Amino acid sequence: MIQSFRMAMKSIAGNKFQAFLTMLGIIIGVMALVVLVSLVNGATGTVTDTISSLGTDLLTVTVSDDKGSPVTLDTLDEWMDEDGIGEIAPVGTTSATGKYGSTSSTVTVYGTTPAYQSINALTLLLGRFVKSSDVDNHTNVCIINEAMATDLIGYTDCLGAEISLDGMKFTVVGVLEDDDDSLTALFTSDSMVAYIPYTTLMRLSSTVSSEITSFYVSSEEDSDMDTAEAAMTLLLMERFEEDEDAFTVSSQDVLEDAMSSITSILSVLLGGIAAISLIVGGIGIMNIMLVTVTERTREIGIRKAIGASRRVILQQFLLESVVLCMIGCAIGVFLSWTILQVVSTVVSSLSLTFTMSWNVVAIAIVFCFFIGVVFGLYPANKAAKLPPIEALHYGG
Amino acid sequence: MIDINNVTRVYQIGSEKVYALNKACVHIYPGEFVSIIGPSGSGKSTLMNIIGCLDTADSGTYMLDGIPIEDYTEDELAEIRNHKIGFVFQNFNLINKLTAEENVELPLIYQKVPKAERRERVAQALERVNLGKRAKHLPTELSGGQQQRVAIARAIVTRPSLILADEPTGNLDSSTTNEIMDIFHELHDQGNTIVLITHDDEIARQASRVVHILDGKLSEVSL
Repeated sequence: MIQSFRMAMKSIAGNKFQAFLTMLGIIIGVMALVVLVSLVNGATGTVTDTISSLGTDLLTVTVSDDKGSPVTLDTLDEWMDEDGIGEIAPVGTTSATGKYGSTSSTVTVYGTTPAYQSINALTLLLGRFVKSSDVDNHTNVCIINEAMATDLIGYTDCLGAEISLDGMKFTVVGVLEDDDDSLTALFTSDSMVAYIPYTTLMRLSSTVSSEITSFYVSSEEDSDMDTAEAAMTLLLMERFEEDEDAFTVSSQDVLEDAMSSITSILSVLLGGIAAISLIVGGIGIMNIMLVTVTERTREIGIRKAIGASRRVILQQFLLESVVLCMIGCAIGVFLSWTILQVVSTVVSSLSLTFTMSWNVVAIAIVFCFFIGVVFGLYPANKAAKLPPIEALHYGG
Repeated sequence: MIDINNVTRVYQIGSEKVYALNKACVHIYPGEFVSIIGPSGSGKSTLMNIIGCLDTADSGTYMLDGIPIEDYTEDELAEIRNHKIGFVFQNFNLINKLTAEENVELPLIYQKVPKAERRERVAQALERVNLGKRAKHLPTELSGGQQQRVAIARAIVTRPSLILADEPTGNLDSSTTNEIMDIFHELHDQGNTIVLITHDDEIARQASRVVHILDGKLSEVSL
């Protein structure tokens, strides 16, 4: 085996230029595979990071069928003490006409509890958020966003201002800072938003009652969202008679999931194209190996005459093809690495990082090996089957 | 040693059957130096292929060293060739990419002889044909006579039962021919069995026995 390996190396080394041309297909194929997939992976990493920095760590729970045991504010308080669950804030939404002096506008009104602020990581510009006493006393206070302050009231420093929402009077007790980076801000920029105590919303809106149908859940400080999701699902299953259709628990990872599925499709697609070029490279190897077998017919005859068995000849040619492929693969991987280094340096200002993904390298190596075997088999078999007499007399 | 009985080999050329060998019989004893002589087309090469186990007979029996050579697979024949027969060809048939040493080593590699022993036997074989100093040369860097001597070294390195030479001097001038023939005589004196195929009377006459072949039939000649 080692002997055959040395023979293979020798025969490749004896014809460097031809060997290089033969390997070119493999080299390009490997480069295409490794570089493309690594680039996609690098880009994916960056994009996913951006997306996950947008999303806040929360679960959205929607109850569609309460099975006669509705979720109330008290239930939420109980659940907050459970393991794995951080805070829970109910959300009720309605659309109301907001009025301040002579200006009026449509405002999205959220009714909630104090926990909402920390779950959604809202930052106050001025004043305070909803307090538990507000919830207990159904007070008519509201916290508005910056857009509403400037557009409806006319100035940001509007604490104490009285506005009306669908005719009910509310005192502005806080102004929220617009968070340009948050996912919500991406979709709701410039819209007017007011937060009021959940209990107050029950009076304002006819559709919102003490039966809570939607709430946000955060995880405990030292545990992750998956734990919270599992704990929440367990609680809800227990409450709603093990009917998993009665509610939905969704995390904001959906965007990330969508993104990663898009990029993995892209990886597979590009990888597939690269694999095709590898196969083309393999056909090139087969072609050259067939020529080599014809060129070396006499050598094969001599080897057989002095005692080489079919297996030995087969092994020799197969090994040569595999070695060719593996050298091509090694050169391809090296060049890919170089290219990725260069690309990384060029685009370093874009905060994109492209590292060679070793998984792809492993795939490339395995793939090349199989190409070497598969496309080497036919020529090698042809060589092994040459009858010694004919081979000996070939070309003199 | 070699016992060929009623061996027939037929080639089908178009619709015509050509008898390359027609009920040929020949017996060669250990330690003999036999030459087989005949014009081209007489079936010499076919006989040599059969003796050399490169081809098998259509009918008749061939015993080499007491082993009947028939119904063997190609790989079994390869092993017999490897162990029992040392070939010397007219056109040397050395592998040009390998050095003299490596060419001689090849049959031992196929025999799976360990490396240290291989090296020793290769050196001995090359010494025997006076080419110890040319071990590292490629065949293209050697003269015709030297190449043929490498081929002889390759043939004897396995210590075969039989050295089979097919027109070994056909491509050489007269002085190198003598040189090569001297080596064959030496090998004969050392007890090797040699079968030499030629069309040259001069060469054939140097053997201890001459067998004549014509149109696929063999006959003993005393010269």
